[in-house]
Amino acid sequence: MLKIEPRKEPSRVMLYATPFLAVLFTIVAGFILFSLLDKNPATATYLIFISPLTSLYTITELLVKATPLILIAIGLAVGFRAGVWNIGAEGQFTMGALAGGAMALALYEVEGLWVLPLVCLAGALGGMAWAAIPAFLRTRLNTNEILVSLMLVYVATLLLGMLVHGPLRDPDGFNFPESRLFHDAATLPALVAGTRAHVGFLVAIIAVIVAWILLRSHMIGFQIKVVGQAPRAARFAGFSSPRIVWFCFMISGALAGLAGIFEATGPVGQLVPALPVGYGFTAIIVAFLGRLHPLGILAGGLLLALTYIGGEAAQISMSLPSATVQVFQGMLLFFLLATDILVNYRVSWIASGRRPAKTALQQPAE
Amino acid sequence: MTKPDDAYLLELEGLTKTFPGVKANDDVSFRVGHGEIHALLGENGAGKSTLVKMIYGVLRPDSGAMHLHGETFAPARPSDARAHGIGMVFQHFSLFEALTVKENIELGVNPELAKGDLRQRIIEVSDYYGLKLDPDRMIGDLSVGQRQRVEIVRCLLQNPRLIIMDEPTSVLTPQEVDVLFATLRRLAEEGCSILYISHKLEEIRALCHTATILRGGKVVATCTPAEETAKSLAEMMIGAILMPARRESSSIGDVRLWVNRLSLPSQQQFGIDLKDISLDIKAGEIVGIAGVAGNGQEELMAALIGEHTLGDHETLQLDGKPIGRMGPDERRGLGMCFAPEERLGHAAVPNMSLIENAVLSARIRKNLARSGFINFREAENLSREVVEEFKVKIVGLDHAARSLSGGNLQKFIMGREILQAPTVFIASQPTWGVDAGAAAAIHQAIMQLAKEGAAILIISQDLDELMTICDRIAVIADGRLTEAEPVANLTIEQIGVNMGGQAERSAAHA
Repeated sequence: MLKIEPRKEPSRVMLYATPFLAVLFTIVAGFILFSLLDKNPATATYLIFISPLTSLYTITELLVKATPLILIAIGLAVGFRAGVWNIGAEGQFTMGALAGGAMALALYEVEGLWVLPLVCLAGALGGMAWAAIPAFLRTRLNTNEILVSLMLVYVATLLLGMLVHGPLRDPDGFNFPESRLFHDAATLPALVAGTRAHVGFLVAIIAVIVAWILLRSHMIGFQIKVVGQAPRAARFAGFSSPRIVWFCFMISGALAGLAGIFEATGPVGQLVPALPVGYGFTAIIVAFLGRLHPLGILAGGLLLALTYIGGEAAQISMSLPSATVQVFQGMLLFFLLATDILVNYRVSWIASGRRPAKTALQQPAE
Repeated sequence: MTKPDDAYLLELEGLTKTFPGVKANDDVSFRVGHGEIHALLGENGAGKSTLVKMIYGVLRPDSGAMHLHGETFAPARPSDARAHGIGMVFQHFSLFEALTVKENIELGVNPELAKGDLRQRIIEVSDYYGLKLDPDRMIGDLSVGQRQRVEIVRCLLQNPRLIIMDEPTSVLTPQEVDVLFATLRRLAEEGCSILYISHKLEEIRALCHTATILRGGKVVATCTPAEETAKSLAEMMIGAILMPARRESSSIGDVRLWVNRLSLPSQQQFGIDLKDISLDIKAGEIVGIAGVAGNGQEELMAALIGEHTLGDHETLQLDGKPIGRMGPDERRGLGMCFAPEERLGHAAVPNMSLIENAVLSARIRKNLARSGFINFREAENLSREVVEEFKVKIVGLDHAARSLSGGNLQKFIMGREILQAPTVFIASQPTWGVDAGAAAAIHQAIMQLAKEGAAILIISQDLDELMTICDRIAVIADGRLTEAEPVANLTIEQIGVNMGGQAERSAAHA
């Protein structure tokens, strides 16, 4: 019989082991799934998890996908630690791309080294502005930021669609709902010449390092943790929880906005209605897979990027359904949440020890 | 195996329970007779909780046997124990704050009992035993004392044959204690046995028929408490000669903390409004605030800490300086330290390490976060100092606060605040759930602090404690505070009357 009992304190081993367990379970479940679909599971697993690492091109593509995931997840993790459930990073991503893109278009064919930083700044501010709405509503009216931020995702997507169909449309674009291609001064330099990997990845790395230091040893990180875990203790310590809520939303909004403008000025090169492809949601999985720890998020972001690239490769070469990638990502989150119980609870097998207790229970009833 | 004797309700034979690194119970044997009020006495970590958890089916012994009514008894879970007529009132209540009294009771009793008109029976039982309770109130809005009533009533509803009570009087007024004792004596006369855990030795002497004393997981003595003195009981318990805390009068200086007509409407639906509270505490003085839980202590504490800042800066003054609008950090910077009542979640973050919990309130005065970066090495040194000086039993400094027992965490929190050498120290329930030895140590530290010139405010429901260490005592009732009177002019009865809600009259006279 399986017995689950609470631990006296969270297990540190399990805290770090469960993400690996979740990946393992996902691979096993994938094996079963592919077998049921009559596809060779070994080939599929190889295609998804190994083959993307075998060529320079796919590795650079991996960085392209990992960049927004890591950037967004870092911001989200800061919030999640404080109990700020910003689920709308996708919207902040979109608004960042929109604000930064609008800046790039306004400065069209203006040259200068300052153009790109200005565009990126506009992107970050766009994301922050969008995140300010749930932050304001939560701190002032105590609304649920999960709902507010999530609903704003759809508003942002529709706004992007409206603007690229209208004011931001390429005047020479034969009425296609797309903006102009950004000019060179507003385009993100490539990290590896000839590939789509861009310097945004370096920014993501910097974000990881800065977040790591802040969360580990700065009072900001400490305050975030206390506010998230024990709001009353936070008041006792003199931490202002509205200020922390605002801080978290601004950080996650800025990073998501930055991810958005990097995507627009990097691999895409223009504003298109299909710019938001779900990085903001996948980043939630990345944040939890990484245990809300910046280094974990770096690894988690790369892994999820792998499932994107590998999943697409497997789709094409094995004619798998297009939902494969989402199924994998979903399973990963599912197994992560399922194994999470091991952190705070101990699971043990009770063999025969239980039987005497039962007979004792029955005795007085006789 | 000896043949169990039916003359006893419960017999424990050689119970042993080992946890990693510690033998919590070592060959514990004793018997509880029918209708007997049996005291279980011991310091923190003496193994009382572990023992009681085994009887209640929360834990299972490694070896040894229990007999109930002469039958082998090995409860696998609390519901088994309840099915055998054992009820338990925990020291830390197991209640859901977001549910009503009735819903909580419904969840905690066996399913057959929850059927029918539970609401009516709650009212009947609570009235019969004088434990007034409204079944439809939310637990979150109840005071500690009222929550305990919920636990007791939940227990009584199941017509138990044995009730285990863990420190039940800590949250009651002397009058309420009398009511509880009358209830317990009546229950005992009706044949119900009671296993009574307490560190209040006078209570045990007044109430209990027999006492079993545990030390270091072993039974060290069994005695008839009425034939012992409180001192001899305490000495058996801690295994050493006890030096009772005695208040040396220290030289009283100028007013340090002045509360000037503080009124504060409550922020919560069922909270208490503070009404026109005035109080002054001088250097070297210990002032106590007595009162039943839920009469505004929490709200007053929040206002004094600065969790709720005051509209009028002048309402609160520290050494003549207005501080009403300052937050906790600024107040700490000026020399104030605080120890709120709720240990987990308020005074400490449960899942954070002791080191991090030291940073929580000591970072200003101990300068643990220069330029925003936390100096973990200094925080560790401070925590180690606290642990050594206040003899806190821990596994390690990097372990979570919630892994400490209640008494040990309390010692850590008191130590953390006292070692910051505050000039004004405000503590609520400084020794709640702490054993006699540790309580004496905490009292000693508080009195030493006063001797060094600090002004000290103790909010407590333990009148003996206040009478022992305070110079003056005021009573809080329904958000009003009586004038603080010198202890020499006060009797327990008088304070008790004020606690019962006569405060308004006294305030008008003052």
